[in-house]
Amino acid sequence: MPEIAPLLDSMAEQARRHFRQQGIAEPIVVGIHSGGVWIADALRQRLGYTRPMGKLDISFYRDDFSRIGMHPQVRPSELPEELDDEHILLVDDVLFTGRTIRAALNELFDYGRPASVTLAVLVERDGRELPVEAAIVGAHLELGAGEQVKLRGPDPLRLERIHLEGGT
Amino acid sequence: MIAVAHPASQLPRAGPLPNSLQLTSDGRLQHLLTVEGLSRDLLSEILDTAESFANMNEKAVKKVPLLRGKTIVNLFFEASTRTRTTFELAAKRLSADVLNINVSTSSAVKGESLLDTLRNLEAMNVDMFVVRHQQSGAAHFMARHVEPGISVLNAGDGRHGHPTQALLDMFTIRRHKGDFTRLKIAIVGDILHSRVARSQIHALNILQAGEVRVVAPYSLLPAHVEDLGVHVYHNLEQGLRDVDVVIMLRLQRERMEHAHLPSEHEYFQLFGLTQRRLHLAKPDCLVMHPGPANRGVEIDSAVADGAQSVILQQVTYGIAVRMAVMSMVMGVRGA
Repeated sequence: MPEIAPLLDSMAEQARRHFRQQGIAEPIVVGIHSGGVWIADALRQRLGYTRPMGKLDISFYRDDFSRIGMHPQVRPSELPEELDDEHILLVDDVLFTGRTIRAALNELFDYGRPASVTLAVLVERDGRELPVEAAIVGAHLELGAGEQVKLRGPDPLRLERIHLEGGT
Repeated sequence: MIAVAHPASQLPRAGPLPNSLQLTSDGRLQHLLTVEGLSRDLLSEILDTAESFANMNEKAVKKVPLLRGKTIVNLFFEASTRTRTTFELAAKRLSADVLNINVSTSSAVKGESLLDTLRNLEAMNVDMFVVRHQQSGAAHFMARHVEPGISVLNAGDGRHGHPTQALLDMFTIRRHKGDFTRLKIAIVGDILHSRVARSQIHALNILQAGEVRVVAPYSLLPAHVEDLGVHVYHNLEQGLRDVDVVIMLRLQRERMEHAHLPSEHEYFQLFGLTQRRLHLAKPDCLVMHPGPANRGVEIDSAVADGAQSVILQQVTYGIAVRMAVMSMVMGVRGA
């Protein structure tokens, strides 16, 4: 598994370029619990952003709630001030099926109507089930069936490959 | 449409009611019938989940899609405004569809039993019953007879319990005071008729509250109340000394079958919470009341509206706590 620090450096550089091209001074960074918050935090430091960070727990917006039930540890979502007309940098650790991002977008829009949402992920892997694409990507991974990648943290951050019994 | 008669013989007598009924084999909540027997972890999990819902008020859209497509029936055999409306709002903020059925027991005697009512509503494919009934054990009875996959929440049964009220009280105390183990809490008033007090005492014991006191005249205390692990006081001044939280109970005038009290005026003189008496408690003592308060009977208006009162916060938090319980029991279905 790749080292995290160079991936974060690359993501910060991509973000800088992206928002410069768009003419956006500083977006509101919003991390998805838990891994996304760690990555969002690291990115903000590298980018020298000072606006308060948002945190999303998408448990209440999951589409598999009726199958797997309530996550036992739901953390409160915290979003700063108004989201209306703001540019958002939405950050997650791993982009897989795209369902988490769908849920996060639904939740974001219950807080307001942002001007734009840009997605940044540490790892983009194969297996998309929804039309979701990240603009800022640390690493691309092709994983075998029954394999998953998970971010462990917060200190130190490291990626771990998990082999699931019998695949998914 | 639905008229209900419910012969008392159909329902179990008050007394110990099984709590195993409300948990799945792997210990998750599938009904909420009583606070008794809940583990400290499960109770804390409910409060933690409620914490997330409490923060939802900052959102422009105060709704989450968790229970979209689910149907919840509020089945109330006893009048209630606060409890029913907060259950209704909780369900709506979870995106469920809600049906309110208020059964006037005195007028509706068309001979349909509670079981028939249940079967008829089940035939309409509902997912959850929120039930309030004047008989202790009514929610247990329903939980025992509903189809698998349907959840029952007790919104107050006779003198037995009112678990969501106790949970929202715990939530309110925890938000203000944090750790329960250092707290002295006094529950004051009509303990005898109060299902709220019973549920609160169980919840406080589970959360290992430092000291739980009950303060009431002899005639408004149930026999053997000490067995619940509380300290008994018959004098309000003594009972209030150094407490962190005082919970006033409503004098349940409608339940007074016999002359428990000489007069309400005399009750206020002896057991009414006034600002002067409140000074005997810790300076940051919380004043709570499950509502509706009888001003000038158990609590002075100045105290009910005073700086230490969290009575209206209890109402607000009631929605979050009920959302937590509803989403937790529904989340168990597919497991």
